[in-house]
Amino acid sequence: MADHEHAEHAEHIVPPTTYMIIIFTLLCLTLATAAVAYVNLGPLNIVVALAIATTKATLVVLFFMHAKYSPKRTKLVIMAGIFWLAILLFMTLSDYASRVDYRGVRYPMTQNIVLMNSQQS
Amino acid sequence: MSAESTKTTGPEPKFPEKHYLNASYGIRSWLLTTDHKRIALLYLASVTFFFFIGGFFAMMIRLHLLTPSGYLLSADTYNRMFTMHGVAMIFFFLIPSIPAVLGNFLIPLMVGAKDLAFPKINLLSWYIYIIGGCFTLYSMVSGGLDTGWTFYTPLSTVYSNSAVAPAVVGIFITGFSSILTGLNFLVTVHTMRAPGMTWFRLPLFVWAHYATSVVMILGTPVIAITLALAAMERLFGLGFFNPAMGGDPILFQHLFWFYSHPAVYIMILPAMGVISELIPTFARKKLFGYHFVAAASLAIAVIGFLVWTHHMFLTGQSTYAALAFSFLTFLVAIPSAVKVFNWTATLFGGSISFDTPMLYAFGFLGLFLIGGLTGLFLGCLGVDMHVHDTYFVVAHFHYIMVGGAVMGYLGGLHFWWPKITGRMYPEWLARIAALVLFVGFNLTFFPQFLLGYLGMPRRYHVYPPEFQVYNVMSTAGASILAVGYLLPMIYLTWAAFYGKVAGNNPWPATGLEWTTASPPPTENFEVTPVVTWEAYDFHSRPELGLDVPGTPSGVVAPAHGHD
Amino acid sequence: MHRTGALFGQFETLEQQKDTASLGMWIFLVTEVMFFGGIMLAYTINRHSYFHAFAMGSKTLSLKLGTTNTVVLLASSFTMAMGVWSAQVGKKKLLPMFLALTITLGFIFFGIKYVEYAQKFHHHLVPGRNFDITYCVNNPSRCEDMSAEEIDAERVELQEAQAADPDLNAHAQLYYSAYFGMTGLHALHMVIGAGLLFWLLRESLKGRFTPEWNTPVDLVGLYWHFVDIVWIYLYPLLYLIDRHN
Repeated sequence: MADHEHAEHAEHIVPPTTYMIIIFTLLCLTLATAAVAYVNLGPLNIVVALAIATTKATLVVLFFMHAKYSPKRTKLVIMAGIFWLAILLFMTLSDYASRVDYRGVRYPMTQNIVLMNSQQS
Repeated sequence: MSAESTKTTGPEPKFPEKHYLNASYGIRSWLLTTDHKRIALLYLASVTFFFFIGGFFAMMIRLHLLTPSGYLLSADTYNRMFTMHGVAMIFFFLIPSIPAVLGNFLIPLMVGAKDLAFPKINLLSWYIYIIGGCFTLYSMVSGGLDTGWTFYTPLSTVYSNSAVAPAVVGIFITGFSSILTGLNFLVTVHTMRAPGMTWFRLPLFVWAHYATSVVMILGTPVIAITLALAAMERLFGLGFFNPAMGGDPILFQHLFWFYSHPAVYIMILPAMGVISELIPTFARKKLFGYHFVAAASLAIAVIGFLVWTHHMFLTGQSTYAALAFSFLTFLVAIPSAVKVFNWTATLFGGSISFDTPMLYAFGFLGLFLIGGLTGLFLGCLGVDMHVHDTYFVVAHFHYIMVGGAVMGYLGGLHFWWPKITGRMYPEWLARIAALVLFVGFNLTFFPQFLLGYLGMPRRYHVYPPEFQVYNVMSTAGASILAVGYLLPMIYLTWAAFYGKVAGNNPWPATGLEWTTASPPPTENFEVTPVVTWEAYDFHSRPELGLDVPGTPSGVVAPAHGHD
Repeated sequence: MHRTGALFGQFETLEQQKDTASLGMWIFLVTEVMFFGGIMLAYTINRHSYFHAFAMGSKTLSLKLGTTNTVVLLASSFTMAMGVWSAQVGKKKLLPMFLALTITLGFIFFGIKYVEYAQKFHHHLVPGRNFDITYCVNNPSRCEDMSAEEIDAERVELQEAQAADPDLNAHAQLYYSAYFGMTGLHALHMVIGAGLLFWLLRESLKGRFTPEWNTPVDLVGLYWHFVDIVWIYLYPLLYLIDRHN
């Protein structure tokens, strides 16, 4: 009936020890991200920061929100949300990244185009 | 083909004693109802109200444009007219119309459930719509709005003297109505289907609304945050979109169109769902390519999110980005075309009758085709360069919105009116009205293609005198179109009280909703139905009593078994 | 509404009801992802365009307070998850305790946020309202909460930033627009969450939630965790820009 055949395979109860491991990991990652912020990694700083944040978010989603033990449909909903956020961010950024000279900002992708144009007599 | 609609013959149908309309009386029983059918009627009243508001502004536009130098309105006032026409029609009529009226009424019936998954949230969504509407109405009466329905910054956030803030807040609020409706539909289709109602036995109306709900859920929050930021800029001086503060108007356009393009699919997908119900019923034939049409609905919903930048071709985009988005725009036309082909193939070899809903379906097929194809013209970079921001665009989207969505809405209203009210509308008057609407519509909007192609810009209160002929034709058409709208409003209301009693299944059609009484009881079905037949299967439903004789091609559904 | 796990009219089974509610909440959270996503996009574009202004703005935030708040919220997620567990195993006394802890941690977060906001108002760092990023550096006596070393450090940072971006003051307003916009929306969501938690606390004290039926606890938990996830992203995006300089 409907499609909750696989919805509740005897509701999986996550034990408190798992939660304690997760919260400990989250706190460590928090300290790590604060510490790494003081190390100069150039453009990688933001990458590392977002990677750590994403790891923390994933732990919260999988364990605190029980996504790991949820039916496939829930996982599909989560992936859809992430995917759509990615569409919003990446496709908009692709427009900005491909604009040759927008408000004085030269994106790496278009630096060469500007250079090429200025070299033509 | 007889002049009568193809109703089953038999004993005169009786009006049910107890149904959702007389289950309880009094204003509280309506304003505090959680019955999806009553909520649908609450929405019907509200969207019709906003349709009149939008129609009023349309009338002002067309009257003003009768003369090239614009004697009727000042430039400022004209700006307010087209802006409020757009805002009222798009956010308060088109987006809610089919989902909130027909979807709310029919989806539980079509899946075999007693109500939607969250009936109280359904009622809440109506109240949210009303509150948002009130804010927007307040904006309209306190000076109006002159920024265009697209609210481009910094005009809307900094420089406009009109009542932008209340309108923006109103639309923000109404967006949540949309989100809650979509959420309700998605969950209902997933968890509330009756036994035997598998995904691929669902009517395509339900698939269409599922796809629409996906768009509502994923897109509407983005317009919400965009309008929130715009409101904060206007009210508190934040600067995201204001160049004077280093902000970026293009960012606003990206955020705005990320929703507003998929929004047009919110407006058309439900209408396509209606057509998918009408054509099999009035061609007496199973829909051709059910799986393809279902998949196409989802494909439109998904690909529709990838094309929004085609509204920004002329904003200084690089050719590379523009090419990519142009390609995606062509791609999104493919599933729509698949649907048109499948509907047409359904007609082939069918036993076609020309009842009013079918007239609207035919109108849809032709007009949506024109609207959709002209969308491809616009998606083509070279052409868009010339016709962007001209009446070509205006004609394109009106062909889809009116020729497509409104035709679908009216066709659906007529088709399901007997189910909603238990009574039939007057058939001949309805057919005449449909024809009047069709003629009026084409006379209004076809000249606008020509105007746009010749270069008349949109949103201008004056135009070169050589364009006057087309403008006058357009206004003349609009008056005829208005008659085409008023007639159904009058006779459908009349029919609800005095029309001929319809019985359970006057057409007859194959959906689950037709197996219960007209009007249905509050709990929809006396007994939870168990579904054992495929969608649009006229063959294995002997109880429908179809006595259609075989045609030479022998494809018509006989009453018993196969011929 | 006095239900103790009884079936609502439109459902056939309790299982269907729970399944429906859960799916509804997850879909709602997806809408929240897109909602915050929009302002994240605005942040991203502006940070790229005005990196120096954003870096300068980030440095005026207190790393101590921000990190503390992050820890507080993560802990509140832990207590919330423990609350859901208590309901699932029928520990009817533990559930209100964990809910109360979660609320307390939430209020600690609000308290710290209030301190931060008040500081911004005091230091003329609110966009549109006499915004002036040089205010504390030029008027050290007005910014008593900053020590002399802090003000000197900020003066150096400010000079570097202004050299890189002559329009620093105007562009820094965009950073603070993002700051107030994002944390403001987040705080609003937390207030709603706190309200829901109070309601849960009240109901749990009445013994309303059982292992057979604890759906509201589960759903509020999902919402609360989501609000935590938003902060997990806000923390590095707002507090950790260019700290190594």
